[in-house]
Amino acid sequence: MTATVAPPTAPVHPVSRAAGRILKARETGILIALIAVIVVATIRNPAFLFSSDGFRDLLLTPSLLLLVAVGQAVVIITRNVDLSVGSILGLTAYLTGRLFIDLQGIPPILVFVAGVALGAFLGLVNGALVAFAKVPALVITLGTLYIYRGINVAWAGGDRINASDLPADFRGLGTGQILGIPILTIIAAIVLVAAAWYLRNLRSGRELYAIGSDPAAAHLYGLRVTSRVLGAFLVSGALSGLAGVLYAARYGTVSSAAGTGWELQAIGAAVIGGVAISGGVGTVWGAAIGAYLLLTINRALPILGIEDFWQRAVVGVLIIGAIVLDRLLALRQSRKLLEAREDDR
Amino acid sequence: MFHLKEEDVPVPEEAPPTASPAPPALELSRVVKSFGAVVALRSGTITLEEGSIHALIGENGAGKSTLVKIIAGLYRRDAGTFRLRGEDVDFHSTAQSKASGIAVIYQEPTLFPDLSVTENIFMGRQPTNRFGRIDRKAMRAETQQIFGRLGVSIDPDRVTEGLSIADQQIIEIAKAISLDARVLIMDEPTAALSGVEVERLFAVARSLRDEGRALMFISHRFDEVFALCDTVTVMRDGSYIATTPIRETSVDELVRQMVGRDVAELFPKLPAEIGDDVLVVEGLTRAGVFHDISFSVRAGEIVGLAGLVGAGRSEVARAVFGVDPYESGSVRLGGRQLPKGNPRVAMARGLALVPEDRRKQGLVLDESVARNITLAIRGSLAKAGLLWSGPENEAAAIWSSRLEVKTASLDAETGTLSGGNQQKVVLGKWLATDPKVLIVDEPTRGIDVGTKAEVHRLLSELAQQGLAILMISSELPEVLGMADRVLVMREGHLTGEFPRSEATPEAVMFAATADKEAAL
Repeated sequence: MTATVAPPTAPVHPVSRAAGRILKARETGILIALIAVIVVATIRNPAFLFSSDGFRDLLLTPSLLLLVAVGQAVVIITRNVDLSVGSILGLTAYLTGRLFIDLQGIPPILVFVAGVALGAFLGLVNGALVAFAKVPALVITLGTLYIYRGINVAWAGGDRINASDLPADFRGLGTGQILGIPILTIIAAIVLVAAAWYLRNLRSGRELYAIGSDPAAAHLYGLRVTSRVLGAFLVSGALSGLAGVLYAARYGTVSSAAGTGWELQAIGAAVIGGVAISGGVGTVWGAAIGAYLLLTINRALPILGIEDFWQRAVVGVLIIGAIVLDRLLALRQSRKLLEAREDDR
Repeated sequence: MFHLKEEDVPVPEEAPPTASPAPPALELSRVVKSFGAVVALRSGTITLEEGSIHALIGENGAGKSTLVKIIAGLYRRDAGTFRLRGEDVDFHSTAQSKASGIAVIYQEPTLFPDLSVTENIFMGRQPTNRFGRIDRKAMRAETQQIFGRLGVSIDPDRVTEGLSIADQQIIEIAKAISLDARVLIMDEPTAALSGVEVERLFAVARSLRDEGRALMFISHRFDEVFALCDTVTVMRDGSYIATTPIRETSVDELVRQMVGRDVAELFPKLPAEIGDDVLVVEGLTRAGVFHDISFSVRAGEIVGLAGLVGAGRSEVARAVFGVDPYESGSVRLGGRQLPKGNPRVAMARGLALVPEDRRKQGLVLDESVARNITLAIRGSLAKAGLLWSGPENEAAAIWSSRLEVKTASLDAETGTLSGGNQQKVVLGKWLATDPKVLIVDEPTRGIDVGTKAEVHRLLSELAQQGLAILMISSELPEVLGMADRVLVMREGHLTGEFPRSEATPEAVMFAATADKEAAL
């Protein structure tokens, strides 16, 4: 949320208010960075953007991470964190393959339902442990990260799902396009818009921000903190489950290591996109742009001739840079607010 | 909306009063609340009438906060009756209390710093359209309408982070109004306000009363109680003492009811021989926090430092001790200048600071009592750099018996001790360093009356043995009862200095709040 420090007496036209908000929004900066990366990479190699493959990859590659990052952002906004999303994704991706193998001819829609339901259930387990056991989410979800992955390994053994195990129409989801836009990107965009609308316009969405901003105050307000936190973890799990099903569709091959490390990318995307790790601040738009920036940079760096070795370091610099930027902005903001207060006197 | 559990609550035999046609807005009678073995509230009784402001006064630890938390739905009572407009209620949550038209404004406003002013006012019950979508326009308009009514100009779209305490309290009141709360509880709302801000708050409170709402006002300041309230209830040691119309009582009477014993017994000030200056502070300044602070403390002397919360007293103490920086001025201890910002040297030269917040700044709560007592003298207890538990326990045993710390064993976790005994552990920790000057910041905050007297006796004895003591306290009776000399701070300036004989409540309060007196 951005704050305007303008005195309330000055009437501000709603349109210019909205324009000012967009200019000042934390998301704008990250969007500009994303565009800059795309422009520079395209200048070096026009195929980066202006080939049909290039354009498709640009949209497609971050779509799955976007889903997971949106769920992660919802959880971080409540001042929690979900480290188990990569394991949930792996488990549901494997479930997807198994369902197609073991129940020949199962309609894909049922597989989607099963994947999302499993993800939601695993998220609910996280949420219940966090909300009722009053143990920090970092610890709980670190535990479930290993547990869910362990279940996955025990279940799959050395097996893996191959593309040939999956029906062609299901695989088509992972590669297909509508009007030149990958289907996965469309699904991700629908989820993003829905999540953003929910967080901005519904009471329960706003309460997530309130809980993250000050959990003690939320309790005093009489907000239903426990069920909201539970809900946030459920959403994160369900979206990871959806991403898991789509992961199988997109890559065809699913081993028991699928999704390893995604939790860190998802947290990275959210933080880069301006979702404060201390909760209460940020939007899923930011997390989505963060996911795009993170993965687009990964693809752009080789084109710019930067060695593999440095590519990970760049991601680290990005995350730390984003946090330092937030800190500086917060300091400037609080100084401004203090000055405004002095002026009032 | 809420459960009626008659079997939980022993309802007194007598029928509700039939004489008054309208039942009181809120009625608590003989309410009990205990936490384990500790009884926080023995007998809480108060009756709030509509269109009236009711003061609740009592010392720290008298049970006021517990009473408020029961009304707010944060705690559930163990026994006693709780009626709202004549109906029995039993709240399980703050949401229920709120839904019944009760709004509570805490001493520290509880707002969401990252959210806008408007969202803070409506959180959890935002106006929505048919589809559950929040109607931001309506929300904003109502905020502006409430602010207009209150005569304040706060930008409804700004975040609440960075607002002054006074403005935050206005937002809390706006919350109560938007809720159309019939009962409004204000728990020490004026503790951190300046004179003008207090006046603004009072004007708002009076207009709410005139609308027929019932208000409860908790304050430590008698002038405010007499200026604002219609009725006053006094509590002491968790029990109801008396309810009196404000016109029929006096400050003296109220103090007697609050303290319930001889002031001499509570503040056992022993005569001490006063020696030379030990601590001399000259022209201490830190921009925006305190300005040109000069004072001295002599051996055997207890100097009280009075003032309102936020006057800069703790900040001065921290700067003297070297934890906080200062820009100009000097601190001399025993004639030698103390280097700036170096608490290690200050400790070595014989300065000790018992901080304001003992749980956060004074103790390691997870560690044993013995460990905490010896924390500041570990260097001298260690042999060849190793700390053996033998000497540690010996030293701890000496101090805990001298201070009569009540603990199951020296190995007990400090966090399990009562507030008063925790405070003794902090005192022991610093006394073990054999200081020449002891600075105590709010030494008896949140301590029961009995232990309080013990802490006072201890300070008195220490002064008698030649220790120079600077005592920061927001409790006027404590300052007046204990100090040989009283210094008063207001908004970062020293505004008064009184010898014991001239330190009257009126003089000290005037020096602490001169602004307000002028405004009144």
